[in-house]
Amino acid sequence: MRDTVLTMRGICKNFPGVRALQNVDFTLYEGEIHALMGENGAGKSTLIKVLTGVYSKDAGEIFMKGISKPVHIKSPQEAQNLGISTVYQEITLCPNLTVAENLFIGRTNDLFVNWKERNNRAESILGGLGIPAKPTQQLSNCSIAVQQMVAITRAVDMDCKVLILDEPTSSLDEQEVAKLFTLMRELGGRGVGIIFVTHFLDQVYELCDRITVLRGGELVGEYQIKDLPRVELVAKMMGKELGDLADIHNEAQPDSGDSKEVIIETEGLSSISGIKPFNFNAYKGEVTGFAGLLGSGRSECVRAIFGADKVMKGKLRIKGEYVNITAPIKAMKKGIGYLSEDRKRDGIIGDLSVRENIILALQVMRGFFRPFTKAQAQAFADEYISLLGIKTASADTPINSLSGGNQQKVILARWLLTHPEYLILDEPTRGIDIGTKVEIQKLVLKLAAEGMSITFISSEIDEMLRTCSRLVIMRDLYVVGELKGDDMTQDKIMYTIAGGVSQNVQNQ
Amino acid sequence: MSRISNKLDTGRLASVLKAFIRHRLFIPIAFLAFLLLINVFINPSFLRISLGRDNTGNPVLIGNLINILNNATELVILAIGMTLVTASSRGQDISVGATVVIVGGVIMRVLCGNETQPTVLHAPVIVALLLGCLAGMACGVFNGILVAKFNIQPMVATLILFTAGRSIGSMAMGGLKPKAASSFGYYGNFIPGFPIPTPILITIAVVAVTYLALKKTNLGLYTRAVGINDKSSSLNGLGPARIKLMTFVILGLCVGIAGFVQSSRVQTVNPYTIVPSIEMDVILAVALGGNSLGGGKFNMVGSIIGAYTIQTLTSMLTTLNVNTNAVPVFKAVIIIMLVAIQTPIVKSFFGNKATFSKLTAGDGKERG
Repeated sequence: MRDTVLTMRGICKNFPGVRALQNVDFTLYEGEIHALMGENGAGKSTLIKVLTGVYSKDAGEIFMKGISKPVHIKSPQEAQNLGISTVYQEITLCPNLTVAENLFIGRTNDLFVNWKERNNRAESILGGLGIPAKPTQQLSNCSIAVQQMVAITRAVDMDCKVLILDEPTSSLDEQEVAKLFTLMRELGGRGVGIIFVTHFLDQVYELCDRITVLRGGELVGEYQIKDLPRVELVAKMMGKELGDLADIHNEAQPDSGDSKEVIIETEGLSSISGIKPFNFNAYKGEVTGFAGLLGSGRSECVRAIFGADKVMKGKLRIKGEYVNITAPIKAMKKGIGYLSEDRKRDGIIGDLSVRENIILALQVMRGFFRPFTKAQAQAFADEYISLLGIKTASADTPINSLSGGNQQKVILARWLLTHPEYLILDEPTRGIDIGTKVEIQKLVLKLAAEGMSITFISSEIDEMLRTCSRLVIMRDLYVVGELKGDDMTQDKIMYTIAGGVSQNVQNQ
Repeated sequence: MSRISNKLDTGRLASVLKAFIRHRLFIPIAFLAFLLLINVFINPSFLRISLGRDNTGNPVLIGNLINILNNATELVILAIGMTLVTASSRGQDISVGATVVIVGGVIMRVLCGNETQPTVLHAPVIVALLLGCLAGMACGVFNGILVAKFNIQPMVATLILFTAGRSIGSMAMGGLKPKAASSFGYYGNFIPGFPIPTPILITIAVVAVTYLALKKTNLGLYTRAVGINDKSSSLNGLGPARIKLMTFVILGLCVGIAGFVQSSRVQTVNPYTIVPSIEMDVILAVALGGNSLGGGKFNMVGSIIGAYTIQTLTSMLTTLNVNTNAVPVFKAVIIIMLVAIQTPIVKSFFGNKATFSKLTAGDGKERG
């Protein structure tokens, strides 16, 4: 058995009214990749924040390798000095600095800096890890994926013993994930203990050695990966049997297009975002999906339909009628709703209350001079809070104090309230717990059955296969294929992404 | 039995009191009350309002409170507009003092033509008011376009008119310093026979219109949404640039009205001395009202109370015979204390105390 690098014993943490952690044990060996799993509210983040000194623990002990006494970590800086580094889901670097500056900022107290030498060193580190970024490039000009990798590089380069990766893969595409995994394995080989927090089961089974499962602030157990089949893991996380998840499947027959009413038709639509002209139809009561790697243009297609990006070429027909959508408000008035990809940046209005967030879109459609009364707004909010089971203290609570899954439900409520005929859901389940994911998937199928036309975009192919009856496949900003019925399998999708022929070529 | 109900009553009273103390308007109101109290202490007849006669024998209300309410007019009106600009654009308009002069210049030119001491008004007052408001709104459009369309920081964008405004106002009057006929003075002083100063009536009207605008339109929701997250707002069908521009135009309208009142007070406009650094007082009023100068949420009542607080402070320092040159220093010290009380650090300190007393009192209401 390898040495333990980190041991946490009997960790407790209480917040007013909430026992966030109760008697949790956690052991990390040298060189292992250890998955920390649990649904939202299980206590993963709290455990990590205790470990990194963001929160102080109420009880329990933490031991580090090479230190005989329990350590008391009072600040993130102390954690770093002990060799505990963290890379969060959200990029916490400085976007206005260069890559090299971000790698080295705050790590020395030197008064003078030899930037040439720094840049050279940064270049060799980045090169060694195969990260496609120039040291002198401004960080905000890099893709999110590269920014993430720079953050990891920074942590790794600080000679850490324990590396915590909190949802590092949620904004990476598959190649980038593969690259990251190579990097993680290499670090494991060097003896770094890695704590890996993720929502992706596949990645856990591909990469990790052991799993610790938390639920409701308590330790469920610690398992060798080979002893814990997937289904059991999910069951342990949810605290119930898995049947729920298996139930969901889109039974609706894929539509050939001649029997049902067509809602949306695009003819060679393209926008300022750079997507190539695409043709797409959406029918009443159908769930369509855009599949492809990150950056393949999935979101850009639907953004063009919604008028979120300026349309450059092509035409859009809604229920057979040509329309000129120049701004989201016009799309909204034509019955289109768009739940955007980045919830924090493009979805929620942070300081506004849950109620105001729910009524916003409908209120904007209604007009500047016709505000809802407080009673009307409250009625709408109450209706959807109970309909979607949004967990919030009250409708007056600011939305940013809700958990991610509940924030997403609020945004969903916002669009459902507008009663759209065509609803676009762009990554509605990203970064939220399995329970809420299942609820949202079920809701999508229910809405479609009631006649709404829905486009569903997700990075998880499983989820797309479960909910969509037709998939548009994209690669490098081109639509390269469409799959429906029996053709909709994981293999076929991969094959199409890898080798499909672009729509433009087909049309010629 | 009676003991229990008694206990319940005090408990309810305590919780009402606690709710009041935690209310975001508590500090602005408490500070204003505190200032008034000091004034009463210094001068026991401070709050007295009496009916006197002016030098033409018309009845007028006299008293310190009346003076404060009267003199705060420009500040209150400008603070209303500034609150909206702050909320939507996450910055402040520092040109309001200078644009008040532009408005004043336009009004004087309209009323006096090319004469320096006309005995009659050259145009109806309503025309002067409308043109003054148009001038103020034009300044608002200029600032608003720089901020909303060109994405220049509000303070930098409005630095242009801050620098040029007073000269523009002087040029509008043809380089002269005309004095309008005395009937123009009704709006900054008294309407003969009516004892309440006209500016107070104008303030009431402006506040009422603001209340209605916030109640009957989505002005409040839209400005907050845009100030908090303009990307989300635009995906919800709002036009952030248009809404920011709108708030600057509204502030321009406020400048128009404030400029009208100001120029009516002595029926003349001295471009380089009137409303000295009023822009800073206005911004402070917004901050004193508990508003974040970083935009987003706003509290209009707070800003209005803030404006009256600043006016009370100014009057108090004058009453105390503080050297005119030293007044700004006293103001600065008091204001920095007041702003410090409202910072998150100090608030959370008091917040912890409140939680502590709550726990000991066994109040079961807790947040998850």
